Formats: sequence, C-alpha cells, structure tokens
Amino acid sequence: MDISTHKTHTGAPAPTPRPAASQRKHAARGATRLGDRVFLGLTRGSGILLLAIMVAIAGFLAYRASLAISKDHGNFLTTFEWNTGQQPPVFGIAVLAFGTVVSSIVAMVIAVPVAVAIALFLTHYAPRRLSGPISYVIDLLAAVPSIVYGLWGALILVPHMNGLFGWLNDYFGWTGVLSWEGGPPRSMLTVGILLAVMILPIITNVSREVFRQVPRMHEEAALALGATRWEVIRMSVLPFGRSGVISASMLGLGRALGETMAVATVLSPNFLIKASLLDPGGGTFAQNIASKFSEASEFGRDALIASGLVLFVITLLVNGAARMIIARRKEYSGANA
Amino acid sequence: MAKRIDVSGLTAYYGAHKAIEDISMTVEPRSVTAFIGPSGCGKSTFLRTLNRMHEVTPGGRVEGKVLLDSEDLYGAGVDPVAVRREVGMVFQRPNPFPTMSIFDNVAAGLRLNGGYKKSELADVVEKSLRGANLWNEVKDRLNKPGAGLSGGQQQRLCIARAIAVEPKVLLMDEPCSALDPISTLAIEDLMGKLKEQFTIVIVTHNMQQAARVSDRTAFFNLAGVGQPGRLIELDDTERIFSNPSVQATEDYISGRFG
Repeated sequence: MDISTHKTHTGAPAPTPRPAASQRKHAARGATRLGDRVFLGLTRGSGILLLAIMVAIAGFLAYRASLAISKDHGNFLTTFEWNTGQQPPVFGIAVLAFGTVVSSIVAMVIAVPVAVAIALFLTHYAPRRLSGPISYVIDLLAAVPSIVYGLWGALILVPHMNGLFGWLNDYFGWTGVLSWEGGPPRSMLTVGILLAVMILPIITNVSREVFRQVPRMHEEAALALGATRWEVIRMSVLPFGRSGVISASMLGLGRALGETMAVATVLSPNFLIKASLLDPGGGTFAQNIASKFSEASEFGRDALIASGLVLFVITLLVNGAARMIIARRKEYSGANA
Repeated sequence: MAKRIDVSGLTAYYGAHKAIEDISMTVEPRSVTAFIGPSGCGKSTFLRTLNRMHEVTPGGRVEGKVLLDSEDLYGAGVDPVAVRREVGMVFQRPNPFPTMSIFDNVAAGLRLNGGYKKSELADVVEKSLRGANLWNEVKDRLNKPGAGLSGGQQQRLCIARAIAVEPKVLLMDEPCSALDPISTLAIEDLMGKLKEQFTIVIVTHNMQQAARVSDRTAFFNLAGVGQPGRLIELDDTERIFSNPSVQATEDYISGRFG
C-alpha cells in the first residue's frame, strides 16, 4: 500500500547536498560533521533498507507464485475454482479478485460519504465541547482489532441483516444487484458494511485534519461574498481538502482490500461469482489465504502466494491511480496559497 | 447604488474582551473613508462589524446599531448572509479561491445567487475585471488558476470578485499591505474609480495612502493595552492631515505617538 510513498522518500536524494554545505560551514567543528554523517547514514540506510525489504517481498512472492502458476491446468486469471490438491491442479483468482474489489467498493461507497460528513461536522458544525469526545470515540474505533470486528459482524451484524435485505429485495430487487434468494446474509453486502465500519475511523481522522487546515482566509473569502455555511464548505473547504480526502480514502481502501479476519468470520465463501450483493458466497484474496493456508500443502501454499501477489499488484495499481488523480489537479491544489 | 452607513453606539467584544467601545459615525456614499490608528486600536474589528464578519470569530459579538441607509444590519431577523451580499470585503492578503480559475473566482459570488445564464456570467466577469483594471492582463487566460497571478493581480482579482455581485459598500482591510509599491499604486488608482459607484471604507497603516485616496479619515486610538479602541476623530482627510482638532490625532500623524 505504501510502497510508492516510500519510494519517493528514498528516490529523492534530498539529504545529499546538505553535508557539502555543512562541511564548509562547520569545517572547524569535527563533531558536527561526524553527527551529520551519522545522521545521513542512518536516514539513507533506512531508506535503502525499506526498498530492499519491498524488493525482497516482491521477489519472494513472484518466485513462489511462478512455481504454482506454471503447474496450473486452469487459467490462473479466469478459473472459478481453487483445487490445488487434485491432479492436475486447477485454480484461478477470478472469484477472489471480483469479491475483493466488490466488497471494497461497497465499503468505500458507504464509508467515504459518512466519513467526510463526520469530518465536516467535527470541524465546521459541532460545538467544541462535542467535537472533542466524538473525535476520541472515533480514535478508539480505529484501535479495535479486526478479529473483534469480525466477531461483532458474525454475532450481531449477520443476524440483524434480514430486515434490511428483505427491504432491499422488495424495492431494489429488480436491479439484480440487490435481489435476494433468502439465504443467510453472509454476503458481499454484509462484508462491505462491516469493512465500511472498519475503515470509517481512518478516513474520518485524516479528512478531519485536512479540513482543519483549510486557511481561514479562504473561508472568509467565501463568507464575505455572502456564502452560507454549506456554501463556504462547498467553495473553499471541499476543494482544498479534495486531495487529502482522496489520500484518506486510499488508506481506507488499502485496509479494506487486505482485510482478512473480519471477512473470514462473516462471509460464507464459495467459488461462484454472483451478480447479487445479497446472496451468500464469493471470497476475497485475504480471506481465502487465511482459511486455506494452515491446511495447504507446499504447492497449495505457493498457489495462495500467487493470489497474494495479485492482491499486491491491485493495491499498487489503486495507489498509483490515486496519485495520478491528485497530481492532475496539482495546479489547483491550493498548496501555493 | 452606493449607500450611506450610519453607526451609533457600537461596541464589539471578543468573548469577555471589549475590543471597541461606543463608536458612532457616518460614512458618506460615493466616497472613500480611511480608518487609521495604531495596531490594536480596533479599526479592523470595527470594519468587520460593518458586514457582520466580526461575529464569525469565535466569541465575537456586537452591541449597537449599524444602519445601511435606513436598514439596521443588526436588526432582528436580518440574515448576516444577506448583509454580506450588500457589503463586500477585500482582505489584507489576497485570497482568491485556489482551486478556481480566474473566471470562476470572479463568477463565484454570482453563482451563489444563481439564475445567471452562461453568457450573462461572461458579461459580468468581463465588466468586473475591467472595473478592477485587470481585464487586459488576464483576458487571454481566464481559465488559468487565480492563484497563479502575481500578488497585486490577485488582489485586483479579489476586488473584481467583490464588485461582481454589485455590493452597495466595499470594505478594504489593509488591501495593499502585502503588495509592492507599483501594485499598491494600481489599487489606489482603482479606488478613485470605484468610489463613483460604491461606498468605500479602507483600513490602512499607511498614512500617505490615507491622505492620497480618502475623502474622509477616521482616527482610532486606545487608552492602553487591553483597553477598548475608540473613535477619536472623523473629519475631511485634508483637515485631519493639516489641522486636526484633537491633539492625539496630530501626535499620531506627525509621528509623535507613544
């Protein structure tokens, strides 16, 4: 998820010109020069270490994945099956990729608007004595381990979804996406809702910080034109916070894509792609790895690692896309104001 | 178009702190009135009470009356948002909306009111930019971001944005303090032109500027740190700078202050 961030840190050799200047300046003071050198070494070393770790992980994933994929008798990308034990083995990531992306999209669709609304409420509407405690509760929410969310999802959320599912089926069943055959609600929608709750705190917190940093003078510019509070938010707060909200959403999306335990406890997995979000079934990369890894053979593990590699690539692509969106509007970012 | 401002018995607070006390004055339409005085004397605070911007500061509240022609801005049921559409404001630091183009910056206020066709918008934007002496410099790059202009151009863009909604009064809070002398001159020239249409009130730390641009000058002062600012004297600019009737004004203007 964070690879590209770290790459830019190590890629830009910002510290290199410094020592030359400070050497001249502090030529008489050896201790400072030594300190600079040590610090340069430490920072550069950390950067290189991080790159090395990333390359090692990618290399490991690619190597083990290639072992498995070369023996796959199905198409690795399009097969709706995961039989690594049989001879010849047939397995593919189609269902996992679909489930991972769909559950994450559902989570984002629910979580981003709610998180932005909460952040706006905390920064622009709530009285100070209210915004403090609410922020604190949201921070707490971020600290809950994902297995606890999983248990809550399986024991509380799933049994209470029938009403919502029935209602959705009654009114939106005709869309096909929200139709329901009446199976247990251990489906992509439930997973998406649970993931939304899990990623809500991180998106809210980052958005709140971004909205808080909107320069007062931009808000006053809108106010002085006769803007209402909502118009101030629309004219100056949201445009200023746009790239920050995108970054926040990507952090949340990264967590949603890779979430394991919460998905594994809520979903009843199978290897079918269903058009409906309400019918049980499907699977995600992380959930599939978690549920199969302990019983898998050496070859089975390689196959699971191959699926992990795909998740790795998807996360990279998503991160890159987000960076492009942010960069495209840089001219208007307000960073120069 | 331009309207008269009548202030009577105005006192403004930040929380428990009284920032200005018992200010009464009349600002004539189609004229430039300058507020001068030492830092902390409350002239900016007073300016912000004239379009109800003071109360957006946490703890800010106001007592007294501000009449725009005959309408009390602080009367019951008066919407501060409506007040600010009548009384425009230009700030100390140029603050164009950084995410908007030059065109959108000028059109921002009009779009709030809504109901403009695209061609009408373009007309008003051109008229406002011409009014702010900026049209010739930006007519070929209206779709470029406003934040890409120079400081002086940005400030004139902010003036264009403020006059686009045709306010009755234009408040300027040290509009040139962040600008170089040439940009300052451009804005001072502009004020001479704008006062034919608007009632202009300008806060400035630069006494030469007050002498150059204003018809009337108000001197504010405070008795000491933590004391509320008061209006000492309001008179024709010429008189204030040549023969003020209060000793404190003469001391301040001649630099024998403090």
